[in-house]
Amino acid sequence: MPQAIHILTKEVNDYFITPIAYIVISIFLLITGWFFFTTFFLYNQADLRQFFNLLPIIFAFVIPAITMKLFAEEVNVGSYEVLITLPVTMNDIIIGKFLAAVVFLAACLIPTLAYPIFITFMGQLDWGPVIAGYAGAILLGGAFAAVGLFASSLTRNQIIAFIVGMVICFALTTIDKMLFFFPQVLLSVIGYLGADYHFQNISKGVIDSRDILYFGSVIFIGLYGAHLAMRSRN
Amino acid sequence: MIHVENLTKYYDKFCAVDRINLDIAKGEIIGLLGPNGAGKTTTLRMLTGYFKPTSGDIHVKDLAIDDHPLEIKKMMGYLPESAPLYHSMLVYDYLDYIARIRGLNGDKKLARIRKLADLCGMGGIMHNTVSELSKGLKQRVGLAHAMMTDPEILILDEPTSGLDPNQIAEIREIIRQIGREKTVILSTHILSEAEATCDRIVIINKGKIIADGSTQDLKQAATKERFIRISLLDAPFDEADALISPIDGVKRVEQLNSADNGRLDLRLTCRSESDLRKNIYQAIKATDWILVEMHQETKTLETIFRELTKEN
Repeated sequence: MPQAIHILTKEVNDYFITPIAYIVISIFLLITGWFFFTTFFLYNQADLRQFFNLLPIIFAFVIPAITMKLFAEEVNVGSYEVLITLPVTMNDIIIGKFLAAVVFLAACLIPTLAYPIFITFMGQLDWGPVIAGYAGAILLGGAFAAVGLFASSLTRNQIIAFIVGMVICFALTTIDKMLFFFPQVLLSVIGYLGADYHFQNISKGVIDSRDILYFGSVIFIGLYGAHLAMRSRN
Repeated sequence: MIHVENLTKYYDKFCAVDRINLDIAKGEIIGLLGPNGAGKTTTLRMLTGYFKPTSGDIHVKDLAIDDHPLEIKKMMGYLPESAPLYHSMLVYDYLDYIARIRGLNGDKKLARIRKLADLCGMGGIMHNTVSELSKGLKQRVGLAHAMMTDPEILILDEPTSGLDPNQIAEIREIIRQIGREKTVILSTHILSEAEATCDRIVIINKGKIIADGSTQDLKQAATKERFIRISLLDAPFDEADALISPIDGVKRVEQLNSADNGRLDLRLTCRSESDLRKNIYQAIKATDWILVEMHQETKTLETIFRELTKEN
């Protein structure tokens, strides 16, 4: 496990020594800020509901961009060979890289704490759903990061990793809005697969073990898939 | 130290390494030689645990690589071909990361990095990013990476490729220094390098070991014949052939040029027991041809290598 921490610090440093991190964070803040505040004054409600409504779809695009390089670049450059011959296990590598993506994601979310602080000046903000919403955002982001890491482990091309990751995350986000297309018997199962549905439950302030179990399962499946894909390489 | 048994690797249906057996003792410097695509890199990658063998066993100090990958990786330093490093990192940060992952901390870590910077001549580049470095400098960083914890086994895949002659000499010197106490396995297709640095040479072709021994052993085994080259002026080939062929010990006389300018170059294949130069000289002295050149070719590792690895 300490080996995973070395990999985690290295990957986080890697994000922040190149301009990519700052560009991604800026774009994320620009998009969320724009969509949130264009409607915020129309609704005239002191809450972050609109912000949390937007988050899954924005994460579906941003997070695969964060995770796309984690394995694809390493395999492409050949440094994967260096990494795998160091005294680390595959689990150390995967957990280290996954946590690095989660840390980065948290770095994207921290500046948005300005929104609730700003809102408290204008009205009575209920902090409960806000805190739950941020916790849910980390879970949701973690689930998407696991999916993105899996996509990155499939290919040595970062663009392909990004598109595959984005498609899966996008599908998970929107599937519960497409129930219309599915036969009736499958509705409850498919509805349960929707990431947006589970995230909205949490962001209302309702912490239900089913939602947490859902995100935990997606994270586990994503990481395990990445594990299998990297194993099969050698 | 390292025991390899029936090591085989297939890529789909292509057999890259075919039932290799190898025993490497502590403190040996082994050169893995072979033409491109012979299976050198694949063999090394299996030794380091990067590739899983299709079949066969690798034991390092009686530990099987499948059961104890971490222990074995701790004992090994590995420089992959073309030293792939993280491009965006500073050299110092990179070495720092490797040191931490290999369990060095604090003052020990700093002292080790400083020592390696001296040893590999990287003093001036510690604060450059890896992507700015030339091939030779990257190779040095890779070498420092491989030697980080002073490992007992050092595996180097073409350590001198892309370096200039001065750097090659330096790196060889470093390898020889390390090789006094450590086990070093290096692959190369530069023969003089293997000859200059290695105690033992293993020649691989098409995934099979075709020769294994010290340079001396290999040369002795291959010298069943020796070659003498002579150049004559004003001598027609037929007459020269008629004069030299009957000398006892000469097996074959070949003409090497077309003799347009009156100069005739010959290559004589002789049995190796005796030096025939005296007899040949005396035979030529009796004619009125002029002998302008005569020398005996000793077999170099290069000729041995080419004989062993050429098609059929």
